[in-house]
Amino acid sequence: MNKQITAQEPLFRMVKRDNVKKGTKVLTVAAAILAALVVDAVFIFLVTGLNPFSVYGVMLRGTFGNKMRLSWAVRDLASLLLVGIALAPVFKMKFWNIGAEGQILIGGLAAALVMVFVGDKVPSGVLFLVMFLASVLSGALWAFLPGFFKAYWKTNETLFTLMMNYVSISIVACVTNILRGRASSLGKLNMKTKAGWFPEFLGQRYNINILIALILTFAMFFYLKYTKHGYEISVVGESENTARYAGINVKKVIIRTMVLSGALCGLCGFLIVSGRDQSISVSTAGGRGFTAIIVAWLAKFNTFTMVLISFLLIFLERGAGEISSAFGLNDYVADIISGVILFFILGSDFFVNYKLIFRGKKAKEVQES
Amino acid sequence: MECAIQFKNITKTFGQVVANKDVSMEVYHGEILSVLGENGSGKTTLMNMLAGIYYQDSGQIFVNGKAVEIRSPKDAFALGIGMVHQHFKLVDVFTAAENIALGLDKSEHFDLKKVKEQARAICDQYHFELDLDQKVYTMSVSQKQTLEIVKVLYRKVDILILDEPTAVLTPQETEKLFEVIRNMQKNGKAIIIITHKLQEVLSVSDRVAILRKGEYVGAVATKEASVQSLTEMMVGKKVDLNIERPEPKNRIKRLDVKNLTVINSDGIKVLDSVSFDAFEGEILGIAGVSGNGQKELLEAIAGLQAAEKGSSVQFFAPFKMYSVELLGKTPKEIREAGIHLSFVPEDRLGMGLVGSMDMTGNMMLKSYEKGKFFLLDRKSPKQLAEQVKDTLEVVTPGISTPVSRLSGGNVQKVLVGREIAESPIVLMTAYAVRGLDINTSYTIYHLLNEQKKKGVAVIYVGEDLDVLLELCDRILVLCGGRVTGLVDGRTTTKEEVGRLMTAAPMRGGDSDE
Repeated sequence: MNKQITAQEPLFRMVKRDNVKKGTKVLTVAAAILAALVVDAVFIFLVTGLNPFSVYGVMLRGTFGNKMRLSWAVRDLASLLLVGIALAPVFKMKFWNIGAEGQILIGGLAAALVMVFVGDKVPSGVLFLVMFLASVLSGALWAFLPGFFKAYWKTNETLFTLMMNYVSISIVACVTNILRGRASSLGKLNMKTKAGWFPEFLGQRYNINILIALILTFAMFFYLKYTKHGYEISVVGESENTARYAGINVKKVIIRTMVLSGALCGLCGFLIVSGRDQSISVSTAGGRGFTAIIVAWLAKFNTFTMVLISFLLIFLERGAGEISSAFGLNDYVADIISGVILFFILGSDFFVNYKLIFRGKKAKEVQES
Repeated sequence: MECAIQFKNITKTFGQVVANKDVSMEVYHGEILSVLGENGSGKTTLMNMLAGIYYQDSGQIFVNGKAVEIRSPKDAFALGIGMVHQHFKLVDVFTAAENIALGLDKSEHFDLKKVKEQARAICDQYHFELDLDQKVYTMSVSQKQTLEIVKVLYRKVDILILDEPTAVLTPQETEKLFEVIRNMQKNGKAIIIITHKLQEVLSVSDRVAILRKGEYVGAVATKEASVQSLTEMMVGKKVDLNIERPEPKNRIKRLDVKNLTVINSDGIKVLDSVSFDAFEGEILGIAGVSGNGQKELLEAIAGLQAAEKGSSVQFFAPFKMYSVELLGKTPKEIREAGIHLSFVPEDRLGMGLVGSMDMTGNMMLKSYEKGKFFLLDRKSPKQLAEQVKDTLEVVTPGISTPVSRLSGGNVQKVLVGREIAESPIVLMTAYAVRGLDINTSYTIYHLLNEQKKKGVAVIYVGEDLDVLLELCDRILVLCGGRVTGLVDGRTTTKEEVGRLMTAAPMRGGDSDE
């Protein structure tokens, strides 16, 4: 019977930590970043033969090197953060909205269409209002459909929202073809009249986006924490049974929250079109709808933490772009470098929650006694 | 007798929680050992280390006198140790035989026929009634348990651990299980039963090992033990085991349930024309094997479960001449109609409370809409949280600690505290003391009696017949969704209630417990 027994304790085992202190968390993440930099340094040196420190230097300079670069970084941060904020309420409700990409696109498309066809006919104030409404409503509609089906027929929202992305990508691809004759060589719409373009604010059009992102960061934090709606979202997210027990109309909350999220995604589309790109294409959303999921989750739906996470992701993205052009490396090398850093940071969550105990740490006095 | 298992200075911690502290004890071949202790005393953790689920932080386990390292359930089986867990680990869509074959050593040739033959032999040897071709999802709880035991015996274990095996069985099924266990004992096997039911300990085991707060208190021969002495060892001090039962004063009807029929989402009739009354100043007990309609009954009254046509639940408010129909109303509509109906559901953290929220957040679960405009008001819930914490002596670092971090008893105190604070007319509780230690259980009984004296109509769904018989004025017995009896708590016997609990044919494949 006892043939397979090895009289040795396991090599290592995992033990869950309890009551993790804030300091431990920060230290663990810092250690993870340090470890990532070391691994990256080895990789850079072995594969490219470059000095890792100069590569890191370029990454930093590329993002913060001068005023203009810093301003671009903040612009990109704001775009990503806005989507993260839009996703916060639905993900807090444990509703897996993978469709932000499509909701942004459809909102952006609505704004672009209004811009092109109504642009020179109405005063700019009215134009912005119409663009705002069109984008918010279309984004809300894109989110309402999966929300409604989930609430009433329990369809899988992950698949539904994901597929809605492809629908909107196809629609945008189709419409951009139609609009092609109306755009400049750079793809900018209303190049001559600049109708529907945000005015410059502190020197840049996109500064309006940054300002709105800042306002929404506070507003969403307040909404989730201090309002009845926010409370309902928390309860539904934790347990639908508890919500029903409390007398919360679960269907209503699901649809309402999803519509809110879609409307904000639509708003992002409008801001990207008017404040940043002045054009519409299938790459308008640029993957932010997916990256923002990481932002929302890593920040545990705290919008202020989201600012930090967005900052990190943008830094990695811009830094990677910078090193690939500065050293003539191809994009993949740069992606590996930033990928390693992200991997270590995500992985550090495990070490925050668990610790490993290796063989031999066990008290030996028993065997000896 | 030969020593089958020896624990030596076993310690196991989870974070800061010490589940087992320096435990040393022995189990002998050919004995039935009860491991007794309150919830959270570390019984299951200790046995899980023997079964290879956990690994000790320090200390050593000896099997048949040899030091061993049990790193996985596979190692445990190889040593002849098998455990039947409280929550069955079976694949629902497989047959009994397929479940037995699952996880067998890969070197063995997979031969379902051979598995069946051997399993059949085991069933014959110990007089198990088991259809090896039956799918698990069509089995009753007791059939599933039989399968689990056969599954473990198939792996030729000499040491069998049963974790709370009687929690879901009727008195009759329990007796049958005990017979099987005695049969196995005669074959020289060591059997360890984890339990907190004292009566069973006394009737089946040879020896009782007692744990308290993770520490080994000692072992006594069952012959020399009594309910009182075991309780004192378990709790560590003298406990008054009498439950008060004041006479009901006014018998004013508060709830009139008529022909309540509920068909669940699978199309099964889980309640079949149930009718009864509930009176103020009385505790109405509801007995039955778990999963026989108790949950649906309370949820239908609370507005959480739709009922069929022809059902009716009339609520009689104090000082009013008319009654209100509760069916068809949502919990919110019931609340807004001014009906004080409190409900302590079975699933405390999955229905009654929000685990990730603190006490304040949970106090406002049913009243969060009272804030101004769209804003939450946290002031009055916070006061209530402080009040509940003080009056019910909730042990918590503070009212802003998430309730999921509290122990089971304190979680229940938070829930019951909130429900009582609403000054209910009708108070429904489902398995209010499940998983609670003796002291907390008696606190809950006391609280219910207090409500009764205040004139509240209390409905108490319970599983421990001894308690039901001591606490309740009347007991309604459910079986298969039907009322099989309504008996007087003062004159009925355990045997009578047990018989009524199995009076109607059981529905198979119930999985909502």
